[in-house]
Amino acid sequence: MSIAMPDHSHGVHAADSARLALAVDDLTVAYNEKPAIWDIDLAVPEGVLMGVVGPNGAGKSTLIKAVLNLIPRAAGAVSFYGKPYERARSLVGYVPQRGSVDWDFPTSVLDVVTMGLYGKLGWFRRPGKRERELALHALDQVGLVDFADRQISQLSGGQQQRTFLARALVQDAQIYFMDEPFSAVDAVTENAIVGILQALNKRGKTVLVVHHDLQTVAQYFDWVTLLNVEVIASGLTSEVFTPENLRRTYGGRVSYLHAANGDA
Amino acid sequence: MAPGIALSSADRRVWLIIGAIIFAGLVTIPLSQQVFGLRLTYTVRVVALGGSILGVISGVLGCFAVLRQESLLGDALSHAALPGVAIAFLLAGRELSVLLIGAGIASWLGLRMVAAILNTTRIKQDTALGIVLVSWFAAGIALLAYIQAIPDASQAGLDHFIFGQAAAIIERDVTLVSGVGLAVLLFIALFWKEFKLVTFDAEFAGANGFRVGLINTVLSTLIVITIVLGLQLAGVILMVGMLIAPGIAARQWTHKLDQMVILAAVFGAFSGGVGAVISALDSDIPTGPMIIVVAFGLVLLSITLAPERGLLWRRLSQRANRRRFAAQNTLRDIYRYALSHGGADSLAPADFIRGVGDRSAELGLRQLRAAGQAAPGDGGWRLTESGIQQARQIARNERLWDMYRLYAHELELPILQEVRQVDIASVLPAAAVKQLESKLQEVDDSA
Repeated sequence: MSIAMPDHSHGVHAADSARLALAVDDLTVAYNEKPAIWDIDLAVPEGVLMGVVGPNGAGKSTLIKAVLNLIPRAAGAVSFYGKPYERARSLVGYVPQRGSVDWDFPTSVLDVVTMGLYGKLGWFRRPGKRERELALHALDQVGLVDFADRQISQLSGGQQQRTFLARALVQDAQIYFMDEPFSAVDAVTENAIVGILQALNKRGKTVLVVHHDLQTVAQYFDWVTLLNVEVIASGLTSEVFTPENLRRTYGGRVSYLHAANGDA
Repeated sequence: MAPGIALSSADRRVWLIIGAIIFAGLVTIPLSQQVFGLRLTYTVRVVALGGSILGVISGVLGCFAVLRQESLLGDALSHAALPGVAIAFLLAGRELSVLLIGAGIASWLGLRMVAAILNTTRIKQDTALGIVLVSWFAAGIALLAYIQAIPDASQAGLDHFIFGQAAAIIERDVTLVSGVGLAVLLFIALFWKEFKLVTFDAEFAGANGFRVGLINTVLSTLIVITIVLGLQLAGVILMVGMLIAPGIAARQWTHKLDQMVILAAVFGAFSGGVGAVISALDSDIPTGPMIIVVAFGLVLLSITLAPERGLLWRRLSQRANRRRFAAQNTLRDIYRYALSHGGADSLAPADFIRGVGDRSAELGLRQLRAAGQAAPGDGGWRLTESGIQQARQIARNERLWDMYRLYAHELELPILQEVRQVDIASVLPAAAVKQLESKLQEVDDSA
């Protein structure tokens, strides 16, 4: 088929694929020969708020880390807005699991948030007044501006999570990856975080969230990916988040199936 | 507890400690001349200078080793340097810079070996470190024994590298250590942001396009260089103490990385200088152990006395809190009883107070009496005018906390840990307290 042919239907298609915020092709990651994720294909359109759910050990965190090039891939290709990661870095924001760092590290909340700007500063350059203001603005968005000078060791779990969120906000990315932002936070914090995610989403940002609580999936996310080493299903929550797909993801031993039934 | 004020007082404390240590260091040396009859010969001055400079460098780099939880890696790397010293001597003779290059290469290979073991086998990190530490150190000891047996090499004094020997240091060595050390510190200053980020959150650094592997390698290499610079003075066995002790001590006094690094440099200079001078008094005193004794003296002082983290400080503040909470609770109990039995200044029976407050009631009553907020009489206690006022304030504070619990989300207030004994105005901005107060007014009006 000739590529130069101005074919209307193909034109629409090309525009569609250019609008994909994230495209993952045949991604496989293996730890000690055993695949952690297997042959993952994902197409995430721009502007969706997507939950990634699956049982423990399903490879949810691994998927995010592999997509962000943080762990070696055995196979597969990833592109953001049609570009490889190396050229799309400034478009990508990341919120790692809260437990992945030492919260007794000698630094302040403002300092941690400013770290979100280090990538843009590049080698050698120090953060200055402008960076400080951007960081304070991000802290304001997560309701922690009064905690800017606090030491991070004095934060509660929910405040730690929101500090991480502010650090991602300050990156001013187009697509955000969040690894279990709701784990072990109280209900008030969870609501606050959901509010932030939805605000991001309204501004046209794409957000992928590793999530645990099946009860809230339909309420929080308009798109969902069900993962258990392989992608079981991915698409609109209203179409994909079905008891049948959940059974295939969790192997039928979930009590939440009733809840999903109610939603479906 | 306005953050601005609390912070600046913490900062002042850190600078005070820094000043005190520098002062102590500067006073000790001339004083030792007077008191112990120590003659500050040229040799001793060189040794003191060398020890201090080394202390600065190892203090700074040690902060990163401590924060990266790599103290044991430092220990393995310094032990791994020994065979390098021996081989360099066999190949090129006794020239310090050559010996140190040999040490550096061996130590760096040790580092790569740890990484290789971790990457290719399922052996865990502590075991990998143990393997490298023991095997390289054993090889070093064996090589040293072999060298001792060579007739004209026995005087080389290579065994000084095991425990360190200050007396062996000459001015040229100090120049070498200073030059290389300055370059190491310059690297830290240049890559400060990168080192900090990678130490705190390597994953996030990677996701932001920083070359984490490269930065880690540079930092580890700088730590290896620091260890190697200290070998002649502190010895392979105890060098890690000189590396980590200043950082551990400094961490107790501050929550800021830059202050921690400066403080560690000062602690390191003090330990290195004082330890080296003491050991220079007699050639039988090995320097490594002496420096470490001084350095861990500072660690002991720090973990005992430092505010917030220090054991003594924590004990005292726990006691103060217990007393304060006991007083508050007892005051509240008396007030509530009095209100429901005639009025704020009516008598609350002692049996009731003890029954409700249990053992802390006694403590609380003592405090209230001392503060003039309650007075005993007629088999009970009565609140004084100031006690009633205080009780009203506490009650109001608790109601504001109630409002906070109910309306924090709606008013979009910052999320706080609810400690109801704490004055809410001290943890919320004034505007937020105003909002809660007007909520409380609404509730009262509608009631």
